[in-house]
Amino acid sequence: MFESLTEKLSKAMKSLRGQAKLSEKNIEEALREVRMALLEADVHIQVTKAFLAKVKEKALGSEVLNGLNPSQGFIDIVYQELTAIMGGSAPERPLEFAAKPPTVVMMVGLQGAGKTTTCGKLARYLKKNGNSPILVSADVYRPAAIEQLRVVAKDAGVPSFRTESQDPIVICRAAVAEARLKGWDVVILDTAGRLHLDETLMDELARIKAATTPTEILFVADAMTGQDAVRSAGAFHEKLGITGVILTKTDGDTRGGAAFSIKHVTGQPIKFAGNGEKLDDFERFHPDRMAQRILGMGDVLTLIEQAKDKIDEGEAERMAQRFVKNQFSLEDMLSQMRQVQKLGSMQKIMGMLPGMGQLKQQLETVATDKRMKHLEAILTSMTPAERRNHQLLDGKRKRRVAAGSGRPVHEVNRLLKQYLEMKKMMTQMNDPRFMKRMQAMAGKAGGMPGMPNFPGGSLPF
Amino acid sequence: MGLFSGLIDKFKQGLQRTQELVLAPMGRLLGLKRLDEDQLLELEELLLQADLGVHATDRLMERLRFELKRSSEIDPKAVLKDELLKILQHAPTKPFLADGVQVLLLVGVNGVGKTTTVGKLAAQFKARGEEVLVVAGDTFRAAAIDQLELWGERAGVPVLRNQMGGDPAAVAFDGATRAKAKGIPWVLIDTAGRMHTKDHLMRELDKIRRSLQKVIPEAPQRVLLVLDATTGQNGLQQAEAFKQVAGITDLVLTKLDGSAKGGVVVPILERLKLPIAFVGVGEQVDDLIPFDPEAFVDGLLDV
Repeated sequence: MFESLTEKLSKAMKSLRGQAKLSEKNIEEALREVRMALLEADVHIQVTKAFLAKVKEKALGSEVLNGLNPSQGFIDIVYQELTAIMGGSAPERPLEFAAKPPTVVMMVGLQGAGKTTTCGKLARYLKKNGNSPILVSADVYRPAAIEQLRVVAKDAGVPSFRTESQDPIVICRAAVAEARLKGWDVVILDTAGRLHLDETLMDELARIKAATTPTEILFVADAMTGQDAVRSAGAFHEKLGITGVILTKTDGDTRGGAAFSIKHVTGQPIKFAGNGEKLDDFERFHPDRMAQRILGMGDVLTLIEQAKDKIDEGEAERMAQRFVKNQFSLEDMLSQMRQVQKLGSMQKIMGMLPGMGQLKQQLETVATDKRMKHLEAILTSMTPAERRNHQLLDGKRKRRVAAGSGRPVHEVNRLLKQYLEMKKMMTQMNDPRFMKRMQAMAGKAGGMPGMPNFPGGSLPF
Repeated sequence: MGLFSGLIDKFKQGLQRTQELVLAPMGRLLGLKRLDEDQLLELEELLLQADLGVHATDRLMERLRFELKRSSEIDPKAVLKDELLKILQHAPTKPFLADGVQVLLLVGVNGVGKTTTVGKLAAQFKARGEEVLVVAGDTFRAAAIDQLELWGERAGVPVLRNQMGGDPAAVAFDGATRAKAKGIPWVLIDTAGRMHTKDHLMRELDKIRRSLQKVIPEAPQRVLLVLDATTGQNGLQQAEAFKQVAGITDLVLTKLDGSAKGGVVVPILERLKLPIAFVGVGEQVDDLIPFDPEAFVDGLLDV
């Protein structure tokens, strides 16, 4: 969709090669590119302007670091600055607890931001960390909202507060009293979604706050929000004094600039991010990853983490052994494909890789999920013996495999060719000279600040 | 659409607050007959603040600069309005008329207001004397079915459901079958919110479509993408993905009563040439009203 900022900047600053310093003149175009990237990512225009002024100040006259060309040096400044601002003032612990329990956590936000689901996720997170939270719905307006929270609580394995009352303030106060009595140490208040323009409902929040003296007031914000994020977050903060932000729906392809705007306007830390439909799809906020994402730099760290999470280590180890011994078979190719598929759709994986701008479009047509399915069908149409020894596959067997998988014979041939290429590549990878060459190449192509090396050669896809 | 007419005032009312909050400086700039470079930049920023996106904003600014070159005095508001209407009126929505069994499928990402929109639409069709069958196709979100049933009760329309976690394609099939047998003109299908980047969830929409077509070959006649007015530029990716997978025919823009102006529909319509069928301007049943491009633009540009 978007050309990555890294690529754009490389182009914009091509003329700078050989110059040692960044100057007013030579960073002008680069600043424009960054401005565009931030606006496309939904960072508020005023926030963008303030940020660019800061970047410019830092960049001017700064020496280009060893080994970095000017564009790399510049993007490094942008990235470091963005990360610093988003992570700045982030506390050690994600949540503050009251000196005397129960700790009251109040969740607020616009309609549809994901408060109720997030309540369940937070409750689950707290429970895992040894707390005993109770969920309370103060949403007496939306049809079935109370029922929804009850179900979410059940799924999270935590209790929910029941009452006959229809008054949000009475409900919240009673819940805190009961928690104190029964020893629940965290009370999570799920308030109704509301417009920051609605004075009556905003007053209601202020009254809930006064009645329960929450330790944390968390603003739940949709990561896909546009320029309006500044206004809504600002209004909630002004009225209530929020203590933090939870960003939801970060599992899409939004660049999430709203996070930066919200952080900028409230000054409060972004504490958590929700990234999926399941209750466990919830993690502490990583400012560095968000900075990369807003700048369109891909999300290698997340990919690596997911890979660690979802890929069977024993299996990977066994595979690595086979590479070394050059025993890579079609069986291994199949198993590897399935591992890769566990990471999610190909599109999603590619979206996370930096520098994929142009390559991504080409790859999308080749390595589509459909194509992966076809490859899998072909591989599973072979007998185990055939997969262990590809040389068994003569013309007759290939026709059988083709018929079994519903793919034409030439696709079977193409797969075999790819397999042989992979096998050959793996032989080369065992050659120390090859590794040296790769490292040299990576050094040249790299424009990514703060990027760890990709874990060695375990995924040739 | 007789029932829906005369609602322009309501529409403007919804946008009123927006104008007061944000667009006051826009009104000042648009009242000028000449704009200098600083004023143009200020205007550009205001357009960007309306979520119009870089591309559409560039297009509007180009047109303004062109007009400024051409004549010594211009009416900036008229120029912008003209350019915006070109985009917004490109594909007008078709009226929602009962004709055989009309199946409406509502799709969108999480939290945009699909269930509420289904409830409001059902009530409005019912109020003009047409039978409606609502199908609870969101079998994923906790209590989504209960929420829809409460809407059904309020509107006095039946809600067809199966159990939580059930197959939405199956209940959609049942809905189409029942509507066809009983001659019910409207079938409104609510679906679970889904991120447009999740292939398996997007494929589920295709399955719903196929199961509907087993009963009514031309169903669903309308696929409405529900879009939250606070959404930023990601709205474009949402619309593209849903168009590709679900073949959306119309947009519904919700939550226009907030301070967000839903400006992202401009780049969406520019790119995808889709009509906007309805906009949501409040929580009441009659707060779902037909999209009026002139009122929308007037609202954006502060009348």
